[in-house]
Amino acid sequence: MKYRSVFEIIGPVMIGPSSSHTAGAARIGRVARDLFGRQPKWARIHLYGSFAETYKGHGTDVAIIGGLLDYDTDDERIKTAFEDAAKAGMTFEFIPEEEEADHPNTARIVIGDSKGEMELVGISIGGGTMEVTELNGFPLRLSGHYPALLVVHEDRAGVIASVSNAIAEQGMNIAHMEVGRKEKGKMALMVIEVDQIFDETLINQLQSLPNVTQVSTLAN
Amino acid sequence: MDILFSSVKELVSLAETQNKPISEIMIEQEMLITRRSREEIIAQMDRNLTVMEQAVEQGLKGVQSTSGLTGGDAVLLQNYIASGKSLSGDLILDAVSKAVATNEVNAAMGMICATPTAGAAGIVPGTLFAVKNKLNPTREQMINYLFTSGAFGFVVANNASISGAAGGCQAETGSAASMAAAAIVEMAGGTPQQSAEAFSIVMKNMLGLVCDPVAGLVEVPCVKRNAMGAAKALVGADMALAGVVSRIPTDEVIEAMHRIGQSMPSALRETAKGGLAATPTGKALEAEIFGKDQSARDTVKS
Repeated sequence: MKYRSVFEIIGPVMIGPSSSHTAGAARIGRVARDLFGRQPKWARIHLYGSFAETYKGHGTDVAIIGGLLDYDTDDERIKTAFEDAAKAGMTFEFIPEEEEADHPNTARIVIGDSKGEMELVGISIGGGTMEVTELNGFPLRLSGHYPALLVVHEDRAGVIASVSNAIAEQGMNIAHMEVGRKEKGKMALMVIEVDQIFDETLINQLQSLPNVTQVSTLAN
Repeated sequence: MDILFSSVKELVSLAETQNKPISEIMIEQEMLITRRSREEIIAQMDRNLTVMEQAVEQGLKGVQSTSGLTGGDAVLLQNYIASGKSLSGDLILDAVSKAVATNEVNAAMGMICATPTAGAAGIVPGTLFAVKNKLNPTREQMINYLFTSGAFGFVVANNASISGAAGGCQAETGSAASMAAAAIVEMAGGTPQQSAEAFSIVMKNMLGLVCDPVAGLVEVPCVKRNAMGAAKALVGADMALAGVVSRIPTDEVIEAMHRIGQSMPSALRETAKGGLAATPTGKALEAEIFGKDQSARDTVKS
């Protein structure tokens, strides 16, 4: 089930003109910002497929920048996101790509500042719903059948146990879980699919755990 | 994950065996999946309904998109209805004008509620606010109209697609018009099975519709496809209420829509490379809108 809630069908409330190319794009930008954990200073956005062909007409560009500025889909400020980015001191570049991606609405977002950078691939699957398919070169293999969380953490003993305990405390069941790291003792990732839709309470609780850097919703 | 229905067959069968309207089955499934209370769920749908009302009101006052391609048609239609000369009937034209109003607001980057997408956002509210004048529903019945639309949309989104880039316009305005037809039937007192028949009748007449927006803008032909989607929804609902049935079951119609979408060339799936977008006038409009604007946009990159 890629769509779980009736509000993915009747909703979201959003600024036009396109749920996939505007609202979904804003959500991809916002998840990137969320995972980066702060306002990036620069952004390089590669667009593929229908995104590459029609991004100007659909306002995909202003929507992604709006998302990077932490605007939600119904935030009127999406319209002035370019000007707002300049005021916030963020530079950006859009690169429409010729090559075909697996999904027609794909964006590869590279963002950073003096402290670091991050790369994320997101797809907008229709009606404003989006999925993250890759983070910093890690492919995120989601079944798409369950709500999913992404936890970025330090590669330390006990982090996986504390995260799964916190999920169990919420009365939720883990359907599928993947753990990956690039280098021993450095940044690691957990992709967790659960049986129930979760809310801010769970995200905040996971966020407060030791050695957890960032928690974000991949699908809900 | 526990769900109550994943096909229209299961949805209708649940409604029939439990003697409940489809909207109620949708609310119960939402409670089960999200673990939110009935009150919270209904309150959120109530807010979505308010956004839809405001978009219609705004559009009926007259709006223009930045590109200048669309705007003002909702007003023309209302004036024409007022003249008393309409041939197809005031209710149908009222639905058409309200669908157009919503999509004109969407094209002007105004606030709308996607149903199931922004490009198809006019049809469900357009028909709702027109049928409202004839059936005088309560606020609760209007909210249920959205849950019934959502129940059918939920099946389409999961078993086929609601994205023009993936499945063409049949997946967007096709889904919206079919969802609206099913909801009109419930509001008019039809059975769950009649809702499913109305859905099938309308979807069968949307199959193959491509997504070919001029200049990639959700304007031409999107606004007029919402207009016709609203008209088809009403006629399809009337046919089902009259007792007309679809020979092909709803889930198979949805499956057919999915397969047709998969076999559509990418030029006809929201890339603005084929269909109306590729006509001489379509291309000229694109050059006019983005030609001179291109350099201005690109200098924003830094």
